[in-house]
Amino acid sequence: MRQDHLVTSKQLSRADVEAVLDRAAEIDADPGAVADRHAGSLLGLLFFEPSTRTKMSFEAAIKRLGGDTVDMGAVDASSVTKGESLADTVRVAAGYADALVLRHPRQGAATMAGEFVNVPLINAGDGAGHHPSQTLLDLYTIQENAGLDDLTIGIMGDLKYGRTVHSLSYALTNFEADQHFISPESLQLPREVVYDLHLEGATVREHEGYEAILPSLDVLYVTRIQRERFPDENEYQQVAGEYRIDADALEAAEDDLTVMHPLPRVDEIAPDVDDTDHAAYFEQAHNGVPVRMALLDMLLGDGDE
Amino acid sequence: MGMSENGDDASHQLRVSKIHNGTVIDHVRAGQALNVLAILGIDGGDGESVSVGMNVPSDRLARKDIVKVEGRELSQDEVDVLSLIAPDATINIVREYDVVEKHRVERPDAVSGVLSCPNSGCITTADEPVTSRFEVLKDGVRCGYCGTIVREGIADQIDT
Repeated sequence: MRQDHLVTSKQLSRADVEAVLDRAAEIDADPGAVADRHAGSLLGLLFFEPSTRTKMSFEAAIKRLGGDTVDMGAVDASSVTKGESLADTVRVAAGYADALVLRHPRQGAATMAGEFVNVPLINAGDGAGHHPSQTLLDLYTIQENAGLDDLTIGIMGDLKYGRTVHSLSYALTNFEADQHFISPESLQLPREVVYDLHLEGATVREHEGYEAILPSLDVLYVTRIQRERFPDENEYQQVAGEYRIDADALEAAEDDLTVMHPLPRVDEIAPDVDDTDHAAYFEQAHNGVPVRMALLDMLLGDGDE
Repeated sequence: MGMSENGDDASHQLRVSKIHNGTVIDHVRAGQALNVLAILGIDGGDGESVSVGMNVPSDRLARKDIVKVEGRELSQDEVDVLSLIAPDATINIVREYDVVEKHRVERPDAVSGVLSCPNSGCITTADEPVTSRFEVLKDGVRCGYCGTIVREGIADQIDT
């Protein structure tokens, strides 16, 4: 397999992360300097699941680098409905594009796809697995707001199925970060993720409520608890309510607490938080463009081969 | 083999006859003998002579299973898979009633194409041209695609 696929954040060293974030900061400061850098490059978009932010920000990123996209389009309008395998779809798409972005409902899809293509492939979500480009923009946002070392972060919500959570927690093991995981018992981190975090020497601290830990946090990373994870509406409402924050709840936090969310949110962060200095989730979403520009710039290389 | 052949009252004890040419798989974890046969694809259908001892007293394991197969020597692939469910097993190759080779199984770093992933959301369980791959951990195996760790019931995941 090529070494320049980005499949999981586990493959990223501290130096790799820093290289992308440094490049993203350069691009952020002067986007015009790279406006034609990848003129003629085509990015293949293979989204087997719906996406708004990830897909739009990859499109914006390649276009702001002077390139363009070729898009498989919605699954129901593609040859996937004719029963084509993912392996065949990606091999064909690799012939049309200089790099590929893949989102697929099955875990391990990007690992497998990477074995079949000879252009760089970025995993933009494989089921409950990984979402490493989201992690890079999360890390960029944390760096800008709180710094990546000497960091105390609370990660809250659906930790079991949340791929952004899995990817972020792996990547944070490269830094001096104290990670606290806040969720109902039924949505705790998968044991595979805990296993990996332990392998990296990280301490996994799990909490069922945020109140006790909130005052010591530099960053609170909130994720959505999905209705479909619960057998009935009442249970969902009760559980989800315990992991909802609003401006009142944040009174207990440090003034410089940064609140993040990969979006979309439903009601886990009340709109009254938007107007506080804590809110960084829209900035986080905007950071998707410079960070993905940096990532594409590095994967496509200097020569645009 | 240190089995019951040398007992004073051998007629009341388990008696497993010696084999002429073949393999004795000893020190199999109690309860795994039938899985060992399943892995090796041995169901007696080829007419080979097969003896199975289950829950036999053992010095090394409190209770062990033992499998004797006449006319069959194991390949490395077979030993690799065997090692996943019977990590303490010893393999004795018998020729002309003598044990000519005796070795412990060694766990490989990885196995390909012998286990299927229990995660129904894993790409390897879809209709894709991909061979399953598992990393062998100290106490289980891990899917090389979705990362699922299997500790219990590995034998259930063996592709037959």
